[in-house]
Amino acid sequence: MQLFLQRFNYLFQSTKGLVLVAISLVSMVTALFGMLSGPMVEWGIRDFVVDLFNMKLLAEEREGRIIMLYHTIAMSVLAIEVYFITSIVPMKKHQQSTINATITFGYIIALLFGLKFAYFGHDFVYHGLFLLGQSLVFFAGLLLAAALWPWNKETYVTNKDYAHTRRGIDLERMAFFVMAVATLGSAIFGAVTASYWGNGHETFLAEDLIREPHKNPLQLAVIGHLHIMLTLIAIAITLIVGRWLDFKGMFHKISMRLMIAGTVVITLGVWAVVPYQPIAHKIIYVGSVLVMLAAFFLVVFGWRKLIHDRLQELGIEKGGFWKSLRALLHDPLKFGPLWQMVFMNFTVSGVGIFMAINLDKIFRVWPAREERITLTGHWHILSAIIATIIILYYADICGLKGRVRQWFGWLVIICSDLAFAAVTVFSMKRLFVQEIHQAAVVNWTMLLADFGLAMVLLIMALLLLWRLFDLFKGSGLWKKEFDNPELEVEKTADVSPYPHIPQQGGPKS
Amino acid sequence: MNWIKNLCFLLCLSFFVTCSINQPADNSSGIPFIDTGIDSAKWVTIPAGEFLQGQHKHKTTIDYDYEIMRTDVTNAQFATYLSEALQKQAIQVADTGIFAFHPGEPFDNYKHEKEIKAGDWLLMPLGKPGARISFESDSFRVEPGYENHPVVMVTWFGANAFAEFYGWRLPTEIEWEKAARGSDGRVYPWGNEIGRNQANYYSSRHLFAKLFGKRTITTPVGYYNGKKYGDFQTLDSPSAYGLYDMAGNVWQWTGDDYKDTHLHYMRGGSEANYEYNLRTWARNNASPDYYGINVGFRCVREKKPEMNAP
Repeated sequence: MQLFLQRFNYLFQSTKGLVLVAISLVSMVTALFGMLSGPMVEWGIRDFVVDLFNMKLLAEEREGRIIMLYHTIAMSVLAIEVYFITSIVPMKKHQQSTINATITFGYIIALLFGLKFAYFGHDFVYHGLFLLGQSLVFFAGLLLAAALWPWNKETYVTNKDYAHTRRGIDLERMAFFVMAVATLGSAIFGAVTASYWGNGHETFLAEDLIREPHKNPLQLAVIGHLHIMLTLIAIAITLIVGRWLDFKGMFHKISMRLMIAGTVVITLGVWAVVPYQPIAHKIIYVGSVLVMLAAFFLVVFGWRKLIHDRLQELGIEKGGFWKSLRALLHDPLKFGPLWQMVFMNFTVSGVGIFMAINLDKIFRVWPAREERITLTGHWHILSAIIATIIILYYADICGLKGRVRQWFGWLVIICSDLAFAAVTVFSMKRLFVQEIHQAAVVNWTMLLADFGLAMVLLIMALLLLWRLFDLFKGSGLWKKEFDNPELEVEKTADVSPYPHIPQQGGPKS
Repeated sequence: MNWIKNLCFLLCLSFFVTCSINQPADNSSGIPFIDTGIDSAKWVTIPAGEFLQGQHKHKTTIDYDYEIMRTDVTNAQFATYLSEALQKQAIQVADTGIFAFHPGEPFDNYKHEKEIKAGDWLLMPLGKPGARISFESDSFRVEPGYENHPVVMVTWFGANAFAEFYGWRLPTEIEWEKAARGSDGRVYPWGNEIGRNQANYYSSRHLFAKLFGKRTITTPVGYYNGKKYGDFQTLDSPSAYGLYDMAGNVWQWTGDDYKDTHLHYMRGGSEANYEYNLRTWARNNASPDYYGINVGFRCVREKKPEMNAP
C-alpha cells in the first residue's frame, strides 16, 4: 500500500508527476481516437477499434463528437501548461497545490466523461460531468489568475535583468497574468454560446461556415472562441519556453511589453468579432504582429544563448559560422522548441498570410472543401507544433542525456516537421499540380504525414513506456523527481513558498 | 546504437517502397465500356410533402411534385446537347473551351462577392486533362468507355445552360436533398451506413484502379446497383426514390442563387471525399466558372412524364 501511495503522491502531487499523467492521457487519447479517421478508415482499423471498444458512432453526430474530443484534449493541454506555470512563476506553495489539484480533478473528469458521452452512448449524466470538469478547469484558471496577480510587492523582480516597470513590477508575470485573464474571458465567450445549445444554437464545425456571408452571433462567438483559445495556448507555451531558457536582458524587456500588448489587442480583436466583425480582423492582425515579434525576440535570444553556452562549454571564445551552427544544433531539446516556432511561420502563419492576400483570386475560386482543407490543415499543424514543444520540454525535464537525448530530440523535430510540411503541401496542392495529376501528390503527402506523426507517437510511446517501467523501480527516476518535484528554472523573483515565513527560513520544497 | 540506425534505415526504406507502389496514371485514352443496366434517360417523381432537412433534421415542406433525373447527366448526354446547341448556335466553341451567353446575376457588392455580369461564360474547357469530351472535326466526341460516366469538367454555367436548353433547371438544394434522403431523415441515400461497395468515394478509389486498369476518377452512373463486375459485387444502393449516385462519384451543382454571394452550391460528395462528405446534408460550393474532374450535375423539371432526357 505504501508503495502504491508513494507513486500516487508522485503522480498527483509533484509537478513532474502531474505533467507525466497529463501527457500520458493526451497521448493515449490521441492514439486511440486517431484511429477513427484518415487512412485508418481505409485500412479497416476504425471498424476494428469501434467494435473492440463498443463505440457508438452515428454519422449525424460526427461534428459533436469531434468538438468534445477537441475540448478534452484542450483541457489536458491547458492543465499541462498550468502545471508548468505554477512551477516556474513565483507563487505560494498553497496556491500552487490548490490550482494543480483543482485543474487535475477538472481535466480528468472532463476527459473521461466527455469521451464517454461522445463516443460510448449518450447519457446526459456524463455530459453534466463533462461540464463539471470544464467548470473546475475554469475555476482553476481563476485561482491561477489570482496567484499571478502582478501588483503584489512580494513578486516584484529581484533581478533587474528581467523585464520590469519602474516600480519593479515583473512584466513576465504580467504577461502570464494577462494571458490567464484573456483565456478566462475567451472561455466564457465559448461557454455562453454553448449554453444556448439546443435552444437556438446547433452544433457545427467552424470550417463548414467559411463561405457563409452572414453568420449569426452565436456562430461568430464559437469561431472567435476556438481561434483565441488556440492562440492563447500558443502564447502560454511561448512564455513557458522563455522561462525555461531563462529569457532575460534587453530582448526580454522588449518582448514582454510586446507580448502583453499583443495578447490584449489580439484578445479584444477576437472578442470584437461578434459586434464589430468588419474591423475585428484588422485588430487581430495588429495583435498577431506584436505577439509574433515577441516570439521573434525570444528565438533570437534563445539561439544566441544556446550558441554562447555551448561555445563556452567547449572553451571556445569566439566561434565562426560553422562552429556556431554546430553549437546551436548541439542540443535538439533546447533548439527544437525555438525552431518549431520558426517553422510555424512556413506552415501556419505564412500559409495564413498567403491565403488572406490571395483569398478572392485563388482560394475562393476553389471548391469550399479545398479551402476547408487548407484551413483545418494549418490549425491542426499549430496545435501539433505546440504539442511537440511540450514533448521536447518534457523530455528535458526527464533528464534525457547523451545519444538518447539526441535521437529523441532530432526524431521529434524531423518527423513532426516532415508531417507538417507534407500536410501543407497537401493542402496547397492545387497551386502546383493539376487536379487530374494530384493522386500521386495526395498519396505521397498523406503517407509522409502519417509516417511523421506515427513516428512522433512511437517515440512518445517509448518515452512513456520507459517512464511506466520506471515506476516499478524502488528508487527510479520517479523517486528523484518526487524528491525534487519542481522544474529547474531561474525565477524572476524570490517569493517565499509559504505564507508569513521569510524566504530563507522556509522549508525546501 | 547501431541497431537503432539500422531500424530507422529499414523503416525509411519500407516507407519509400510503400510510396512507390502507386496507382497507374490516368494518361492513356479509353477504358472498357461497362453497361450498368441503369437507364440514365429516366426521370423519377418526387412527391410533394414534408421531409427532414439538414444535419439537425428540420422539418421542411416542398409543396409540389417534381421530377429529377435518375442519374447524373452522362458524357454522352452532354455531348448530344453540345452538338444540338452548336447546331442552333446557342454555344460557341473556341480553342480554350465552349462558351455560351449568360444574362448575369444580381450583384450586391458584398464582401468577397464575385460579380456575374451578362456575357459569354465558359461551359466546359477543351483539351484540359480530365476532360472526357473533345471537339474534333466539327463534332463532339466522348472518350471511349466514358459514355455512361457522369459528365465532369462542367462549370455551373455549363450545367445551367444544359438544363435551360431542354426547358429544365438545376435542382434547388432542398429539392436535391429531399430526392436524396426521402422523408425518413436518413444519412446516406440508401440508409445510415456506408460501405465500399455502395458508392465511389475516397475509401474505394484503389478498387477502380484494379477494375479498370487505371484510375478513372468516375464510375459509370448507376454502377452500385447490386450487379457483379468481374469479382466485385456491388450493393444495390438507390435513394429512397430510386435515384442512383446521390452520394459519391461526382459533386452535383444545384441551382440556388444566394444573396450577397454568387458561389453556387454542390451536393453529394465525390470520389475524392471521405464518407462524411457523402452525407445527404453535406455541402460544397465554388465560383460558377469553376470546373473540376469530379463535378457534374443532374436536372429537375415540373412533372411531365412524357419527356425524356436525350
